[in-house]
Formats: sequence, structure tokens, C-alpha cells
Amino acid sequence: MNALLHQILSGLATGGIYASVALALVMIHQATHLVNFAQGEMAMFSTYIAWALIEGGMPYWDAFALTILISFLGGIVIERVVIRPMANAPVLASVIVFIGLLVILNSVAGWIFTYTVKSFPSPFPAEPLWNNSYISTHELGAIGVTLVVLALLFIFFRFTLLGLAMRAAAENPVSSRLVGIRVGWMLALGWGLAAAIGAVAGMMVAPIVFLDPNMMSGILLYGFAAALLGGIDNPAGAVLGGFIVGVLENVVGAYLIGTELKLTVALVVIVGVLTLKPSGLFGRVLVSRV
Amino acid sequence: MSATSEPGRAIAAAGEAGAARRAWRGAGLALLLLAAVLLPFLVSSYHAFQLTLALAYAIALLGLNMLTGYNGQISLGHGAFYAIGAYIAAILMTQFDWPYWATIPVAGLVCLVAGFLFGLPALRLEGLYLALATFALAVATPQLLKYKHLEDWTGGVQGIVITKPDPPFGLPISQDQWLYLFTLAVAVLMFVLAHNLLRGRIGRAIVAIRDHPVAAETMGIDNAIYKSLTFGVSALYTGVAGALGAIAVQFVAPDSFNVFLSISFLVGVVVGGLASISGAVYGALFIQFVPNIADDISKAAPWAIYGVFLIACMYLMPRGVAGFVQSAAARLPWRETKKG
Amino acid sequence: MTKRWYRAPAAALVIAAVAATPALAQKKYGPGVTDTEIKIGQTNPYSGNASSYASNGRTEAAYFRMINDQGGINGRKINFISLDDGYSPPKTVEQIRKLVEQENVLLVYAPLGTPPNTAIHQYMNAKKVPQLFVATGATKWGDPKHFPWTMGWQPSYQTEARIYAKYLLESKPDAKVAILYQNDDYGKDYVKGFKDGLGDKAAKMIVAEASYESTDPTVDSQIVTLKSSGADVFFDVTIPKFAAQAIRKAYDIGWHPLHLLNNVANSVGAALKPAGLEKAVGIISTTYYKDPSDAQWHGDQDYKDWVAFMQKYNKDSDPADNNTVLAYARAFTLVQVLKQCGDDLTRENVMKQAANLKDLRVPMLLPGILINTSPTDFFPIEQMQLEKFDGKAWVLIGKVLGS
Repeated sequence: MNALLHQILSGLATGGIYASVALALVMIHQATHLVNFAQGEMAMFSTYIAWALIEGGMPYWDAFALTILISFLGGIVIERVVIRPMANAPVLASVIVFIGLLVILNSVAGWIFTYTVKSFPSPFPAEPLWNNSYISTHELGAIGVTLVVLALLFIFFRFTLLGLAMRAAAENPVSSRLVGIRVGWMLALGWGLAAAIGAVAGMMVAPIVFLDPNMMSGILLYGFAAALLGGIDNPAGAVLGGFIVGVLENVVGAYLIGTELKLTVALVVIVGVLTLKPSGLFGRVLVSRV
Repeated sequence: MSATSEPGRAIAAAGEAGAARRAWRGAGLALLLLAAVLLPFLVSSYHAFQLTLALAYAIALLGLNMLTGYNGQISLGHGAFYAIGAYIAAILMTQFDWPYWATIPVAGLVCLVAGFLFGLPALRLEGLYLALATFALAVATPQLLKYKHLEDWTGGVQGIVITKPDPPFGLPISQDQWLYLFTLAVAVLMFVLAHNLLRGRIGRAIVAIRDHPVAAETMGIDNAIYKSLTFGVSALYTGVAGALGAIAVQFVAPDSFNVFLSISFLVGVVVGGLASISGAVYGALFIQFVPNIADDISKAAPWAIYGVFLIACMYLMPRGVAGFVQSAAARLPWRETKKG
Repeated sequence: MTKRWYRAPAAALVIAAVAATPALAQKKYGPGVTDTEIKIGQTNPYSGNASSYASNGRTEAAYFRMINDQGGINGRKINFISLDDGYSPPKTVEQIRKLVEQENVLLVYAPLGTPPNTAIHQYMNAKKVPQLFVATGATKWGDPKHFPWTMGWQPSYQTEARIYAKYLLESKPDAKVAILYQNDDYGKDYVKGFKDGLGDKAAKMIVAEASYESTDPTVDSQIVTLKSSGADVFFDVTIPKFAAQAIRKAYDIGWHPLHLLNNVANSVGAALKPAGLEKAVGIISTTYYKDPSDAQWHGDQDYKDWVAFMQKYNKDSDPADNNTVLAYARAFTLVQVLKQCGDDLTRENVMKQAANLKDLRVPMLLPGILINTSPTDFFPIEQMQLEKFDGKAWVLIGKVLGS
């Protein structure tokens, strides 16, 4: 029983990682209706920027804030320079551009920072809360940060004009243009915000898995699965999806099938759920007009 | 008045031009085939080996293109079918002493069934969801190949080593040349079959489902069957390619079929040109040779160079090489004058 | 500075070379050799998921640059062609064929990884091209009877695992062992060697096994599972990233078994420091080389020479990466073989000399560890030493082990 509780809590901790990546994917999807395969590598690169700043002597929170700002601007630049020219190309051409971005960022990070794993500092105390041995303070803190980001996103999309404009631009660019929304800038802003959320995710993930250029390549699939499981148009669902994937994976690995095939089985379960509920557990059911 | 005769004449002219164009194209293809047959005797056996791999990739890409380009179903997991084909060939050759050529149809058939079965649940998944399901397939493939209860068949993490087949009938050519010719023959057969399939009734149905599923349904096309069948046939092509690739490389192991292989296939299809038969060849040449070029340019970060190539390709040719060739050909001066 | 260490072994080598090659005056060249050049080929994963290992290829290229700057080998410069295979066996086959058939290299040196080397194993032996000092620890590379053109270099994973097994049988025969291993050839080789070493006690002693994939985000769940098995010994077969996670997680959840950590991940800089040195106290491992991030070697001449080399020739690589040390020592071994060949630079003689290394001391290997090969012994390094981490550095235990 104790072990099961332990597995579940440990699953929640890794689930928090998936949730934060899922949030970034949901963000970019809200803005562009695409899933950016380079999202994980962008987050990894942002984390290296933060690492370099901290190594350079900057206090943690300053580096944290500056990294988010740099990532936000970087996201906008990537949209303007790399993605914009593909505006009229087929969707799959954009996907290939994402793959191109992914391999470039991965390779350049390895080239600049080498492949040796680096420890990344945590802003939270090293001692576990209430002296528990189940979950570290950083893991709890990371879950907290993810929830804060989620709340901010929710407020942004639900209660701000800009958020509304962004959703409108993704939903119906033509009508949005007619009512005076600058659709192009909304897309750029979406990329910037997704990159910023990715940076937060990366900085929360790195203390747990350690920083290396391949840090996110394994996580992206989980984040993707989490986002779709929860509903790609629903940030709260995506976060919940992350926790579900984390716990599911641990329980499957520890009790049902063994570690060798745990990812496979977890994925089969997720895909199975999606065939039954194609818009995700908490997604909006889209009724398409014929 | 001339309003009636004008279109009539135009049609007749177009028919003549069409016949002439077909003749030219036939001659061109024959010439190309001749060149392809002679090629291994003009280059070193190492290059013949490279081209053999490229031919195998071309078959795989053609299969994926049927699914993604013609039918509009994305797959990030076709490396799995390539792996199945490769392992079928390897297992049949080493454990059952089958001749290499006999393993090819078996690899294709097994993949047809596997693809069809995978296509059934995938029917309910579209776009991103299908991308996830197939991506998951790609990630799971190496793990399944390593699974301990399959180890007796797959050789586990050690993989399977195959011996290279000798040319038959005592032909005075090298093993590499023979394998190239063999692969070429299979490739030509597969391309002709694909051409006939896609140009006919079935092909039109497949495309109709991509462009307007509801309209296709009302026209009496059974979307479900067509979509799963397309998945199956697409997997068949990729499986045949996997078997050919394994025979050429003489080795299969879980590491040969990682996620990046599946992604390379998608890259090849899009760079080559979606919904284009010749695109498969361009795409195969790209995924076979461009990584080598990137490696030549930079040891420090070869992937960065590869990524830049990818993005540049998509900028310059958003519809792939085939799309680019097509629109370039349409712009040739003599075409202009004929139309004018 | 760099020259000084070099001279003493060099003198020894010349003597060895003279002794080993009676027909010194007669020049015999295989493919890829001229009066001024020796062409050597290699594959390494410069791209892809295994690209962290490419520091091997980079370091070796840097080492040969240094040798060339110092005048080369018997006046011949090394032309080292290292190609990217992305750790994908089909690509390895293609690149190796390019090296052998297009570039006409004399030999292929230290291709990286078990699957890539397995893919070319047959080909190299059919073509009779040396596949020398492969950069993997599988056991199959030392089989001169069936594969006379292939030779390993480092101690095999199974040899190392047997050392831990022997240690356990002697010091803790009633141990309950939990194993964590990477689900690939490397991980499974360790597990096999460990079980072989424990013999018929294996079934009783091993109470839990868990695997992970190199693409997994964490191994936290596995550690929790292993802890709940009640094991008091933890055999940890992981690469540095996951070793760091495992050390930290075990400590954090209050599991304090006797921790046996495989050599692959015992770098102070790349694994223990990220985990937290205080959490790594008491870990037992084995080694055969000097860990540069371990302060105990910092006064050592080998270390100083290595640092000078790293600063002058290999600035892009991370000095905390143990692969740079291994590649440095491995490249030294190849240079020794080529020197021994004298002017008879044929493929046959390369293999003959590679199988004729006698008590060779290699810089950066532990004191007392010597390379020995013979026509029937294709395992160059077979010795290792146990060590225990005291919170700051590894403390060597006992004597050098192995045949």
C-alpha cells in the first residue's frame, strides 16, 4: 500500500513535467492550430540560456525572469523569420519546418554546451516538506508553478481582450481581420507565449531530469499524449492529462507489465481512450457542419 | 460560329498533344529505366549499395505517400512497418533458411495485415490524434523488438545478422550489383502497380476521401474500408522496402528502427512531394544522401546543417521537389507557345 | 610540456618496434599508406540521440592532430576520417563501406557502439580490414578464432559485472540485490555477467530487476519499485544522467543499500556531482583509468599532460566527460601499434602488431594496469580495480583485479 502510494506520488511528480510541456503545446495550438514538434527543444534551449545566466553569476529569479523574456522574444522572432514564410504552404510543410527547427536546436545546443549532463538549480528548498520521503519540495513547487501558469493562461484567454483576439485569430482568421484583429501579430504573440511557457517548463523540469540537449526529446511524446488526452483546446484538461499519464505510466510499469513495455502499454491505453473519446477526456466536442 | 468549332479544335489539338506527350514521356521513362539498369556497372559497388538503399527508401516513401499524400492520413510511425518487413526477411532467412527473394512477398503480406489492423482503430483518429497514435507506434517499435518474450525470434538487443545473397545463374556480376538490380526490379514493379492503382477508380476514391470525406461517402465510397485498406497497402509497400533494406544491409537490430527513421520517412514524402509518384524517388534521394552532405560540412553539428537544408527546401519548394519540377516544367518556354 | 611525457614511452616504443620488426628496411604498404600518410577511418554518432558519445571521435581526431604536430608516426602523418552514423546500423554499414571501398583506409579504428559494430563485424572480417579497438564493452569483440580482424579495447561489461559479483559473494553472501539496467545490449551484458558471476546463487540473491529506456525522462518510479523489494544491495547499470537520478532518488526516499555503480557512470563530474556528492558517499564502483574530475589525480603527470592536450587540441569537448580520457588512452594505443608496425604498414601486420602488445603502459590508465595482447588474447585491457566514494573522491580498494 505504501509502495502504491509512493508510485502514485512519484507519478504525479513526473506528471507535473508532462503537464507543463502539454501546456506549452496547448498554447501554440490555441494560437495556430498546429502542434509544434520543436516545442521541447525550444524549452531545452531556453533552459540552457537560464543555466548560462546563473553560471554567469545572476541570481536565480533574475535569470528566471530574463530567460522568460528572452524566450518570449525568441518565439516571436522564430515565428516572424522561420514560420511566417510558410503561411501559405501545406500544413505538412510546416511540420517539416518544425522538424528542421528541432534538429537544429538539438544539435546547436550540443555543440555550444556539450552533451555532459548538468545540474540545474531549484528555487525551492532542498529539504522535503514535513520531512516526507515521497516527494521533494522541488517536485511540489514545480507542480505549483504549473498550476499558476495554468491559472494565468485561463485568465488570459477568458478575461482579456488580447486573449480573446488570439483565440479568434486562430479560429477564424478572415472574420478576425474584418473586425480589426491583426492576425499576423496574434500568431507571433502565440509563438512568443508558447516559448515563454516552454521556458518555465524547462526550468522546472531540468532540476528533476538534469539538463542535457536530449532532455526534452523523451518528454515531448508524453506531453503530446497528455495534451491530447486532456483535450488540446483545454489547458486545464491538458494539465490533468499530464498527471494521468504520469500516474498511469508508473502504475503500469510497477504493477501490471513491468518496465520493459510500460511506455508501449501506456500509449496503447491513451490511444484507446482517444478512439472512444476523440476530443479527449475534457475537450470540447466539435460538431462539424456538413 | 467559331464558338462551337474553337473548343472542338482545341480538344482535338489537346488530344494530339496529349498523345505526343505520352509518347515522349514513355520514351523518357524507358531511357531512365535503361540508365537505372546500367548505373551499377558505371559506379563503384559502394555507390551501388547506396543506391540500393535509396531504392528501398523510394518504395517505402511511395507507400507512405499513398497514405499521407493521396489519402490525407498522417503517419509518424511508418518506421514500424519497415522494421516488421526487415525482421520478417531476417527471421525467415536465418531461422527457416528461406531464399531472400521469397521473403519479400511474405514481408509485404504481413505488413498489409498489420497496417490494416492498425488502420481500423486509427479510423476514428484524425489529424493530431492520428499523429500521436502513429508517433507512439514509432516510439514503441524498438521496445517491442527488444521484448524478452520475442527474443527467440528477434535476437533481442543483439539483432540478426544475414548473409548477403549471391547473384543467381552464375551471373558474372558482384553481389552489390545483383542486389541493386533485384531491388530495382521490385521497385519498378511496385511503382507500376502504384501508378495503376492511384490513376484508376480506387485512386480517385482515395483522393476523394482526403478532399471531401462526406461527399465521398454520399458518392457511395465506403470510407472506412478504403481508409483502412489504404493503411494496409501503404504498410505493405513499406514492409517490402524494409525487407529489401535488411537484405542489403545484412543486419537488423532495434537501433536501426528508431523514431528518427519514421520521421525521416515523413520528411522524405514531404520534401519529395505529396501526392506524387515521382516524389518518392526525390524524397528517397534526399533522405539517403543529404545527411551525408551535412556530415561532410560539419562534424560539430551535422544535424544543424541537415535542419537548415530541410527548412530551405520547404521555403523554396513548399510543394516538394515534385511540385517544383511540375511548375518549372509548366513554365518552360515551348509549353507557353503551344498553349498561346 | 606535452613533449616531455611523450619522449620516454616513445623511446621505449622505438626499441619495441626494432625488436618486433626485423625487416625494418623493407617498406611494405597496405591500402591507405604512403611515405607521408596513413589513412584511418572511423564512424561515430555525431548526430542523433547518442551524440553525447561523439566526444570519443572528436577527442581521437584531436589526439591525431597532436601526433601530426609532433611529426607523425615514423614520419607519416595520420589522415583520420571520422564519419557520422547517427548510431544507426544501416548508416554505419554505408559509411564503413565508403571508408573501405572509396577512401581505401588502412584500418577502421574504434567505431562506436555495439549495434553499429555488430553490423560491420562480418563485412570487416570478410574484407580483411582491421576493425581495431572498437569503442564498446561487449564480450564478442575478443574472438580471434572466428573474427581475426576485430579487436576490442576496454574491459568487457561482463568482466566488470563479474568483479561486483565476486565482491558480493566475498563480502556480503546473503545480500538481497536489486538491479536497474538500461534496456539494450550494454545493460543486458552487465546483467548477464553479474548473474554468471553469482552462479547458482543468482536466483536467490537477486530479488528485483527493473529496466529503463535511454529515452525515458526519469527512473524515479523504478527506484521506488526496487526499494519496495526490500533489497539491501543496488546494482546500478545506468549511463551518467540516470545514475545521477538514481543516486539522488534513492537518497531522497531513504533507501540506503550498498550501491554498486557501473564504470560507465562513475564520473565525479558528470554523474556524482549533479546528483549531489553527499548523496553518493559509500558507492562502490570499478575503474581502470584516472577520472579527471577526481581531485586525487590533479598532481599526477598523466593528468597534467592530458589537461595540456585538452586545452591545446580539444577545447570543444567537456573535460568532465570521461569519454575524452578513454579516447585519449585508446588513441595512444593505436599510435603504439602503428609505431610497432615500422615500415611494414599492411593490414596483416597491423593485426599482428595489435596482437603483440606487451605490458604496455598507457597514459591515464590506473597505475598497475597494463595492456597485453597475443594472437589468442584479443582483450587488451582486462584489469580493473574496485573503488569507494568517500564524498570527495574515489578511494581505490584492494589491488588491481583481473587476469
